[in-house]
Amino acid sequence: MSSPLLRLEGVHTHIGAYHILHGVDLEVGQGEFTVLLGRNGAGKTTTLRTIMGLWTAAPGRVWFGGVDIATRSTPEIARRGIAYVPENMGIFSDLTVRENMLVAARSARRAEGMDATRLEWIFGLFPAIRKFWQHPAGLLSGGQKQMLAVARAIIEPRKLLLVDEPSKGLAPAIIQNMIAAFRELKQTDTTVLLVEQNFNFARQLGDKVAVMDDGRIVHSGTMAELVDDEGLQQKLLGLSLAAHQ
Amino acid sequence: MSPSVATAPAADALPQLVADRIPLLLVPALALAALPLMSSLSTWVTLTVAGLAMGMIIFIIASGLTLVFGLMDVLNFGHGVFIALGAYLAVSVLGAMSGWTGSEHLALNLLAVLPAMLVAMAVAGGVGFAFERVIIRPVYGQHLKQIMITMGGMIVGEELIKVIWGPQTIPLPLPAAFRGSLLLGDAAVEKYRLIAVVIGLAVFAAMFWVLSRTKVGLLIRAGVQDREMVESLGYRIRKLFVGVFVAGSALAGLGGVMWGLYQQNVTPQMGAQVNVLIFIVIIIGGLGSVGGCFIGALLVGLLANYTGFLAPKVALFSNILLMVLILLWRPQGIFPVAKR
Ligand SMILES: Nc1ncnc2c1ncn2[C@@H]1O[C@H](COP(=O)(O)OP(=O)(O)OP(=O)(O)O)[C@@H](O)[C@H]1O
Ligand SMILES: [Mg+2]
Repeated sequence: MSSPLLRLEGVHTHIGAYHILHGVDLEVGQGEFTVLLGRNGAGKTTTLRTIMGLWTAAPGRVWFGGVDIATRSTPEIARRGIAYVPENMGIFSDLTVRENMLVAARSARRAEGMDATRLEWIFGLFPAIRKFWQHPAGLLSGGQKQMLAVARAIIEPRKLLLVDEPSKGLAPAIIQNMIAAFRELKQTDTTVLLVEQNFNFARQLGDKVAVMDDGRIVHSGTMAELVDDEGLQQKLLGLSLAAHQ
Repeated sequence: MSPSVATAPAADALPQLVADRIPLLLVPALALAALPLMSSLSTWVTLTVAGLAMGMIIFIIASGLTLVFGLMDVLNFGHGVFIALGAYLAVSVLGAMSGWTGSEHLALNLLAVLPAMLVAMAVAGGVGFAFERVIIRPVYGQHLKQIMITMGGMIVGEELIKVIWGPQTIPLPLPAAFRGSLLLGDAAVEKYRLIAVVIGLAVFAAMFWVLSRTKVGLLIRAGVQDREMVESLGYRIRKLFVGVFVAGSALAGLGGVMWGLYQQNVTPQMGAQVNVLIFIVIIIGGLGSVGGCFIGALLVGLLANYTGFLAPKVALFSNILLMVLILLWRPQGIFPVAKR
């Protein structure tokens, strides 16, 4: 078996005086869609931020494409091919939607320099992006901002997408739109590590699943296995899927 | 915009387009409010042009500082040093070209003033680069240390200026063709003030163009709002910051040349004096906002001239009062920058 695209090895993360991650081990295989589940405060966001170099793993290793990026700077990690959709979406609200996309498209110097075919594809996934192209992004609704955040992450092909709770605060119709978009993204063989609390969302997308608690990975396996095993769900997530449908 | 694209109805709801136009009315409102208080229309015209000229110069000086704060939360109280440096360089360059500055030919005057401005910008930019390396970089993220060490840098800079040019006030006469006034109706308007307004508008337009039309400008605006996200998208904020710092220092050098010519003399303390005004301006404008800085600078310039004429005793406080009023209205300044 070939080595995974991303591998965290014994990652400890400290934020100020707090010890948040206690030795996280996690693998994300090339082309796989992995969902990271866990209750509030489990350390999911901290894990993604550590991969991005926004917090430092100390000690610990973060292997990406065979290179340890644990001590690299955030811009360098991004340039190695990781796109990040943070929990707060990180939208530049004073910039227009177009300008937000242009900032994300590293190789384009002007809006016309963005890959037109790819842009059309994104407009297809998220029609609101086209519609509000010239609008200040700060005027978008929460759901539209989330779409823009995801659109920004895929404006150019990246090796790995880190997405933090894209369903947070979204209306059901928009969640369906989001799921459809990620499904289509899966067709393109993009590797995704997605943080979710919404198991119903997660189960529709994930190939693999990892569950965190208290700064550690407490379970990892295939999504199918977890979906089929209500007892395991009860144990890990404190919920039964049936109750949430 | 065709209705067929409406897959998720809620996702297509049109956001309200509410452009914030009120601040744009502040400058004309202040000018009009002053009109009935003046003894004559011509006095008002003279003071208004003087105020706009002063405002433009302050804007040139302050615009870089507001971005420096916006981008890296760096409080640079040493900015004034670049103003004094620019003004003193103008003394030297224009002094060396006195043959041309004394000529009545506008072209020869310009041939002296332009190099003076370019030298001031280049040297101030270069010193700014070193200042960022040596003084600012070790104290990223530590406000108290920033205040102390940049003030220290300013004092050292002032002393160096005294060593090079001497401690005394040095006259900086306007080139011959810049002197005198034009008559607009009954009102006498000093030519140099009109020139200052034109240069200020040109700098504002150039900055506006860079910030709205170039990728670097977009990154600067994005960085002012969310530094971390810009880095997560693969850009090095520090590099961007150094560029902004150097450009801001160069603009302060240019502003220093213009301020020196406006006052027609230079002193080693001039930087420290202007420092107070520029901090008022960037706070009024909203830290990190170039547009707010522009409006704030014009308000400060106009108010200083109106009150200087009407009630010289309160002139000193008028700008503080202006700041208080603006902050009561908008605590984050005229154009609050949406920080995350
Ligand atoms: N900046 C910070 N300073 C101190 N503690 C923090 C900071 N950020 C997160 N933490 C703590 O780290 C722990 C993990 O937080 P994290 O945000 O990673 O959880 P999460 O799994 O993403 O939770 P949620 O589902 O609520 O987003 C929490 O106990 C949180 O209080
Ligand atoms: Mg989180």
